[in-house]
Amino acid sequence: MSASALRVAWVYPDLLSTYGDQGNVLVLERRARQRGLSVERLDIRSDQPVPTSADIYLVGGGEDRPQRLAAERLRRDGGLQRAAANGAIIFSVCAGYQILGREFVNDLGQREPGLGLLDVVSVRGEGERCVGDVLADIDPSLGLPELTGFENHQGVTHLGPGVRPFAHVRTGRGNGTGDGTEGAWRETVFGTYMHGPVLARNPKIADLLLRLTLDVSALTPIDERWYEALRAERIAAATQTA
Amino acid sequence: MAESSQPLSARARLAVTAGKAAAAVSRAAGRGSGSVIGGRVALKLDPELLSRLSGHLDVVLVSATNGKTTTTRLIAEALRAGGEVVSNALGANMPAGITSALSAGAKARFGVLEVDEKYLAMVARDVNPKTIALLNLSRDQLDRAAETRMLAERWREGLQGLKATVVANADDPLIVWAASSSGNVVWVAAGQEWKDDAWSCPSCGGVLKREADDWRCGACGFGRPTPTWALSGDHVLDPHGSAWPIHLQLPGRANKANATTAAAVSAVFGIPPQIALQRMQSVTAVAGRYDVVTHQGRELRLLLAKNPAGWLETFSLIDGPPAPVILSVNARSADGTDTSWLWDVDYTRLAGHPIAVLGDRRLDLAVRLEVAGVDFRVCETLPQALQLLPPGRIEAIANYTAFQDLRRVVGN
Ligand SMILES: [Zn+2]
Repeated sequence: MSASALRVAWVYPDLLSTYGDQGNVLVLERRARQRGLSVERLDIRSDQPVPTSADIYLVGGGEDRPQRLAAERLRRDGGLQRAAANGAIIFSVCAGYQILGREFVNDLGQREPGLGLLDVVSVRGEGERCVGDVLADIDPSLGLPELTGFENHQGVTHLGPGVRPFAHVRTGRGNGTGDGTEGAWRETVFGTYMHGPVLARNPKIADLLLRLTLDVSALTPIDERWYEALRAERIAAATQTA
Repeated sequence: MAESSQPLSARARLAVTAGKAAAAVSRAAGRGSGSVIGGRVALKLDPELLSRLSGHLDVVLVSATNGKTTTTRLIAEALRAGGEVVSNALGANMPAGITSALSAGAKARFGVLEVDEKYLAMVARDVNPKTIALLNLSRDQLDRAAETRMLAERWREGLQGLKATVVANADDPLIVWAASSSGNVVWVAAGQEWKDDAWSCPSCGGVLKREADDWRCGACGFGRPTPTWALSGDHVLDPHGSAWPIHLQLPGRANKANATTAAAVSAVFGIPPQIALQRMQSVTAVAGRYDVVTHQGRELRLLLAKNPAGWLETFSLIDGPPAPVILSVNARSADGTDTSWLWDVDYTRLAGHPIAVLGDRRLDLAVRLEVAGVDFRVCETLPQALQLLPPGRIEAIANYTAFQDLRRVVGN
């Protein structure tokens, strides 16, 4: 990371922030500051170039038409791809996750190229929209507690050999492929269908992004009381509905 | 007028009677007012009932994400200056509820109807409205609501070719886009605090540029029309440039905006703004909203806020610190089960208020407030919150079912 401050880029809040995606930015910012880091937050609207110098990029969820517009503008801009090539940390949710993949189906029912930062291909699911609490086990190599989230999407995402599933669901649908996988990741690029928003329900994922940025194995402990209470409640709720 | 209207057909009369009977049964069974079930039974017996029941009325439809119940009430009060009004005053705003309300209006001259956003085009087709008031469109009930732009598109198609005068908010780009398919629009500068659902051009997807009150698409030029009515501070400016003072008992900027729209609607029916605004002054609370109640020796003002735009407007009307605040959020089916919208609300604006947090989803709120860096206490029950909060009138802000819960506890 740069010497002065942690730079967090929120990509396209004008198009990709339908499901409280700002929450991921706020949680990351708050937990960094609680560790004594100064944070520079960059809200990048879709008519601005995506800077290549940020440490962490957050790409949120959006509705179908804004998703297509965002993909078109990100492809044309090229900044996020250049940042990824430099090893930037990228965390994406829902529509943003699909955009990071190789291809998705847009609002016009056409196959739309993504950014190719994750080896996944997304299509539109046939069944009902999946809406509800999710409980999943995160890839053990990431060393994180279970994932609790809320999903609200119709996508089905197929994973290629270049990525690993981010998690396996205990309840909920995740990638929608029927094999129980949820999300995808490789190195420092992550994608998930979870919102909630996901970092508020899973602050240890926020800490993982911070640890990757700082290249440290642990962070100063902070007060987790309310996060833990919310997690316990939502995990119980997901278990009951299962 | 009632006298000059066609008498209802035998089938329609039967449908109305059957609907009233069903409502009575529902009431007797303790299931609320019964208005919706009554309407449902009646509509089933006669699908064209809506158009039959409204045939003799001058109809006004009101739709929006926020403020439609209040604005409906304000318009109804104003139009009473010109004759009897029938209205779905309690907010039953889908076709069944509207049918049920209209069946009480055989002698009325005006029908003032709040319509759910999703049903506006359909109801407009059936009731041949003289005026349609469109206030705002923003995100709401994320788990099932259609995209806001899709709603705007349905409105746009539905308004095409209608004879109605559309009274629309020039400050909401989605509303402007929806309304501009109509050939007859009265633009009102009613303002809009919430802007996060309108940064991309509804017409072409370009980025909207904003400068003071003005907005325009950088790509296609779609922009704010010139309004003929405007809210300016505590006054309504009419098309002749006269300023009329607003003396509402309802609080907040959003209600002044609602009054401005209501005055513009009233003018369509020949009721001058000074008379319309005078009549609106009699409205004190709308279906429990804004009511000040006393419970366990504490004074509470009950405020409903269902979505981020609503919370934003509510924060701007509450008393400043150190006024104590109760926040209550549920996520039952009527609220939408997705609570992610909490993160679109800027809770840092509550800094300095003593805050008690309630409701089914109080822990979501707790994390939200913790991240916002404001102090709060989590409570299990309202009495506990009342004991804990320091003296002073409490501003109690709740979303839909949490608001109903609060009203039940305080006996309102
Ligand atoms: Zn445009």
